[in-house]
Amino acid sequence: MNFDDTPQEAEFRAKAREWIAANAPHEYADELKKASLGRVQLKHANILEVAKVWQKKKADAGWAVPHWPKDYGGRGASPIERVIWQQEEGVFGKLGALFIIGQGMCGPTMMAYASEEHKRHYLPPLASGEKVWCQLFSEPAGGSDVAGLRTRAEKDGDDWVINGQKIWTSGAHYSDYGILITRTDPTVPKHKGLTMFFLDMKSPGVEIKPIKQANGQSEFNEVYFTDVRIPDHQRLGAVGDGWNVSLTTLMNERMAIGAGVATGFPELFDFVSNLTLEDGPAIDNPAVRSRLATYAVRASGLRYTSFRSISALSRGERPGPENSIGKLVAGAMTQEVATYALDLQGAAGVLNSPEDAEVAGKFQAMLLRSPATRVEGGTDEILRNIIAERVLGLPGDIRVDKDVPFNKIPTRGR
Amino acid sequence: MNFDFSDDQKQLRDEARRFLTEKCPPKAVRAVIDGQAPYDRELWKGLADMGFLGVAIPEAYGGSGAGHLELCVIAEEMGRALAPVPFSSTVYLAAEALLLAGSDAQKQKWLPAIAQGHAVGTLALFEGTGNPSPKAIKLTASNGVLNGTKKPVADGAIADFAIVAARTASTGRDSDIALFLVDLTSEGVEAKALTSIDPSRNQAEITFTNVKAEPLGNAAEGWSILSQVLDRAAVLVGFEQVGGSDRALEMGRDYALDRIAFGRQIGSFQAVKHMLADMYVSATLARSNCYYGAWALSTNAAELPEAAAAARISATQAFQHCSKNNIQVHGGMGFTWEFDCHLYYRRSNAIAVGLGSLSYWEDQLIERMRQKNAA
Ligand SMILES: Cc1cc2nc3c(=O)[nH]c(=O)nc-3n(C[C@H](O)[C@H](O)[C@H](O)COP(=O)(O)OP(=O)(O)OC[C@H]3O[C@@H](n4cnc5c(N)ncnc54)[C@H](O)[C@@H]3O)c2cc1C
Repeated sequence: MNFDDTPQEAEFRAKAREWIAANAPHEYADELKKASLGRVQLKHANILEVAKVWQKKKADAGWAVPHWPKDYGGRGASPIERVIWQQEEGVFGKLGALFIIGQGMCGPTMMAYASEEHKRHYLPPLASGEKVWCQLFSEPAGGSDVAGLRTRAEKDGDDWVINGQKIWTSGAHYSDYGILITRTDPTVPKHKGLTMFFLDMKSPGVEIKPIKQANGQSEFNEVYFTDVRIPDHQRLGAVGDGWNVSLTTLMNERMAIGAGVATGFPELFDFVSNLTLEDGPAIDNPAVRSRLATYAVRASGLRYTSFRSISALSRGERPGPENSIGKLVAGAMTQEVATYALDLQGAAGVLNSPEDAEVAGKFQAMLLRSPATRVEGGTDEILRNIIAERVLGLPGDIRVDKDVPFNKIPTRGR
Repeated sequence: MNFDFSDDQKQLRDEARRFLTEKCPPKAVRAVIDGQAPYDRELWKGLADMGFLGVAIPEAYGGSGAGHLELCVIAEEMGRALAPVPFSSTVYLAAEALLLAGSDAQKQKWLPAIAQGHAVGTLALFEGTGNPSPKAIKLTASNGVLNGTKKPVADGAIADFAIVAARTASTGRDSDIALFLVDLTSEGVEAKALTSIDPSRNQAEITFTNVKAEPLGNAAEGWSILSQVLDRAAVLVGFEQVGGSDRALEMGRDYALDRIAFGRQIGSFQAVKHMLADMYVSATLARSNCYYGAWALSTNAAELPEAAAAARISATQAFQHCSKNNIQVHGGMGFTWEFDCHLYYRRSNAIAVGLGSLSYWEDQLIERMRQKNAA
């Protein structure tokens, strides 16, 4: 057991640190530090542009997606070096939010299933942030029940013709490409008739409608497909094997989201350290201390759990279902932390604007965004099912639609 | 960075598990609970023969000198098996105090005896209700003579010697507290066994009447030594709690697969599945916090005080959570004397207060984090 860098890791860290010191957009460091979950914005600049410039700069120097192979835009870094990079990148890592879906989920799926030619063509610009990708999985009829999706793909010569609707697609409105799961055979049980593709989001027949979210922002969209044509060479995996392909995406999603998901604890600790209550400094109050301690050990527990996964990964073990822990714990925690921070602010906790609210409204933004964390990328309930079934070996839920051809499963329209 | 035990350490863990599965089945725990003996002497001897009592004791003092990571993996198995022996008092508290502050003569006398299973030691700190604090110590020491009462003292009625925290002055400073090493066969020592919620480990009241005692370490540093000992023990006990959490989770999981209700395995009901998933989550967070504590302990890192408090809190919460929900998964069966669920429930709640309460450690953690941030 060793928490220190090996000489090789120390060298990697020093190189990363030096490069970041010389190249990061330090002028935004303060603002990024204050930005919270659900409100990463810059006052005097367009965050998308700043993010893209930073990503491109990293790519040119070989620091973009460090753990990817060189040929696809990475530098072949080890899992531990990847963590070291994240530690050193610090607040500038927040600029990467725009690329998480592409680099964390679409990229690995492409790497596993696309042709070599496609990989060399599509992955480097994904790594460098020049092209943004989205994940077209969820539908009105299939969220948790992803395999219940109804978007159709029908073969027509060398193309497939797509008709249907996706929903909750993050970033579709600024994405260049997407990975798309469709139904190619409705006469077989639901998991068997699915096929995966990737497509150009500018293809004729793709229509994107932003959805206004509960927190007032608009990260996700409805996406409609009307006779959209996708060439067969953009198919990922075999016809009818889309479910297995999607599992690669979902597993990577849990890793990508789970490892980096914020808990809100450092923000809360900072806030409480500087807060004075009626009877003195908040941090001297025993009730406050007890709450803080409970959150502190949850946050450190998650941190060291991810270090344990990384250690396993660097021994060549594959990321397993136990990684579902990250988002399950952190999602619920940000919600609790935000609620508690507002409670500490008393009546003023209701205020929301960066000017009037404590710490620029960080916790208010967190409160309003946190319900989404418990839903996106698998709800708390689905994650608990995964842990119970795949880690602890408990029986699967009773599936009344098992072995029933998809077109014979009762449906309820929305 | 490598955040796992080495293959050798894992092998030691397997060895300890095999040994304890054979020598410490629930039947052995029950024999102690039923009062047939104050602890399992044969198991104690076996642990000594296996070299488990002396893994963290240097060779110069009769141990194997393997180290604290090795002790952590053994601790986990001790907790898993609910071993009814004075392991934590002797090995985590008394031996660690000797290693930290004992004179060479004291170490020569007691450490080999501990490693060989010939001596049981303990720490006599508490004096009734309350948490570790210099203010709470009333037992006096003047001219090396102790007067006062300690209660509860873990394994106090079976220990051969104790490290005793005593007051030497009343200036209100930490330096008022000094540590003494007392041979419990000395004249004026009276130990009385107390009943507790977890009879698998002995608890006692010890009264000292004009007992002559030798100082342990520098007199003015008693409290500081003590808090280092408690930190070290917090990590080690944390591993016992992690072992207990895992076993309680496993028992719950196995029962959920076995028991049928409404024509289905109860483990197929989501409410039950999700309860077990949450047990897994808390056990995993505790394990990870303890691994960090183990690293800090084995390297004597500056982070140890903070890491120890985090390990302690997390492991306490996890063991209590897993042991109570293990009973819930077992339904009525879980509440019978016959099923082993209550053994874990008892241990989890006894061990939760044994080094000071959860709120005490919460307070310690935040204070330590605050000081680090201020620095
Ligand atoms: C901010 C945000 C961004 C998103 N981005 C994307 C994206 O980029 N691409 C994409 O494809 N999708 C995206 N999603 C969609 C997300 O993956 C789904 O919302 C999620 O999987 C849940 O599906 P649903 O909304 O249909 O809820 P439902 O599946 O209808 O669930 C409703 C409730 O029922 C519960 N439930 C459902 N099934 C079970 C079960 N078997 N056992 C117990 N409880 C169950 C759920 O836990 C939940 O509480 C995003 C969602 C959010 C909130």
